[in-house]
Amino acid sequence: MANGVWIVAEQRDGVLRKISFEIASAARKLADELGQEVCAVLCGSGIEGIAGQLGKYGVDKVFVADDPALEPYTTDAHAAAVAKIVKEKDPAILLLGASTQGRDLSARLVGKLATGMGTDCVDAKLVDGKLLLKRPMYAGKCFGEVMISSFPQMGTLRPNVFPAVENQKAGEAVKFDPALDAGKLRTKVLEVQKDASGKVDLTEANIIVSGGRGMKGPENYVIIEELAAVLGATVGASRAAVDAGWRPQTDQVGQTGKIVSPNLYIACGISGAIQHLAGMSSSKVIVAINKDAEAPIFARADYGIVDDLFKVVPELAKACKELLA
Amino acid sequence: MRHEKEENVNIIACVKQVPDTEAQIRVKADGSGIEEGGIKWVMNPYDEYGVEEALRLKEKNGGEVTVVSLGPARVMETIRTALAMGADKGIHIQDAALDGADAYTTASALAAAIKELNPDIIFCGQRAIDDDQGQVGAILADLLDIPQVSMVTKLEYADGAVKVIRAIEGAQLLIEAKLPCVITAQKGLNEPRYASLPGIMKAKKKPVDVKDAAALGLNPSVNAKVVKFTPPPARAAGKIVCGDDPAAKAKELARLLREEAKII
Repeated sequence: MANGVWIVAEQRDGVLRKISFEIASAARKLADELGQEVCAVLCGSGIEGIAGQLGKYGVDKVFVADDPALEPYTTDAHAAAVAKIVKEKDPAILLLGASTQGRDLSARLVGKLATGMGTDCVDAKLVDGKLLLKRPMYAGKCFGEVMISSFPQMGTLRPNVFPAVENQKAGEAVKFDPALDAGKLRTKVLEVQKDASGKVDLTEANIIVSGGRGMKGPENYVIIEELAAVLGATVGASRAAVDAGWRPQTDQVGQTGKIVSPNLYIACGISGAIQHLAGMSSSKVIVAINKDAEAPIFARADYGIVDDLFKVVPELAKACKELLA
Repeated sequence: MRHEKEENVNIIACVKQVPDTEAQIRVKADGSGIEEGGIKWVMNPYDEYGVEEALRLKEKNGGEVTVVSLGPARVMETIRTALAMGADKGIHIQDAALDGADAYTTASALAAAIKELNPDIIFCGQRAIDDDQGQVGAILADLLDIPQVSMVTKLEYADGAVKVIRAIEGAQLLIEAKLPCVITAQKGLNEPRYASLPGIMKAKKKPVDVKDAAALGLNPSVNAKVVKFTPPPARAAGKIVCGDDPAAKAKELARLLREEAKII
């Protein structure tokens, strides 16, 4: 019978990503309640040495597939490796991060394992020993509680929602042979262009400063960037700003952009169209700066300033800089 | 599946009908679903990028675009929209037994309908903006035993393969995929066209094949079920920082974020 709470750990360039510790911690909590083990699958090349780090966050055992064909990540290779060990060991629960890689891999695994999954979950608990996942739908306009009647019960967890909790366990590395079939590796990464700015992605950011139509033009984002620099924040934008060509598409927050949940979201010159609100409503603290007191964004904001953002934002940057000095 | 032929690309575009992004979503009192009354239904925006890319591929290389959708009778309107944009024919998978289908069941139905068409390339949206699952494209690829590249923002087609750009956190990847393959479309891939009036007229005469679960040899089951829908948690009323001086208000806001919210 299916047993154990499993995660797929995510590494890039030989470094475990923060989401791996978040899902490990969430898995530990579920496993303790079930009285079962937490196992991780870790795939890559030359990565056996980092497996032990997962032990710090509650992982008992790490199944490691170390193969040059697993680096860099491709769907075909990683899905084949993970599916092989999961089919062999038959876990009850399988969790991944809702990162771009985790979303891609997990969906392919649903196909290989012929099971069900909840994507981008914000809560995972047990009801009568069965996994109950809570996840935003319609970009957060409502929530759905999902139960899965097949095994493994799969879920991807939204980054930055589940706290990474230190809880030292063995983290014992167990190598397995992914038995990859070269003829079934049908995609190839030809080039990796790293974002030179080195900024944290919106989906993983602790703080986001976003600008909307009220910014009036691309040149004015310099004040947003200054505030973001002071706070160590990532810059976001509304659909209006992206569609106007002021900001790149990767900056868009909302139902047709990124769905984010930072600790702090500062909306500057964003009126709060429903599709934008949907994408950022799960932020822990929301600040709105807008000269229109009637803007819908104020109904969602924890703190608001009704004034000209071109006067407020530079002053806010100054005030924060002084406080943080 | 065939992929030796370089011209006349056989293209599939999968589309889903979803509530418009401006739609207010109200949960039914018993939590069994959402109120559908008053909702304006549209083609999933990410699927529009897929349809547009399919049409561009056809226009450049020759070939045929088949649009495939699953859902109730109203979905025909979305299929007609894709046909009006320029797709050649449609398949509408319609069966009450598929209501509430999860991602695996949906992908199984699509796979059954698509398999016999021997496509070179299949486009899906990277996710549908209703369920926000983003699973169907990858499961479909797996069921057809072909590769996938998800969240694609640029595509070049040549020599039995595609080269695509996929954006991940902090980087862009240039990926080559052998054909046939599934591409899931992300915003930025293109700017979808509007259907022209002649396009709309022509669409009415284009063939749409309606198939039920039995015709596709399906025995639908649901593994992942939404057992309860809930409205988003209410937010407590916020605090407006008052005053006439922007600098003083900014300073007070910074203090509140530091001392009250303890967030900076």
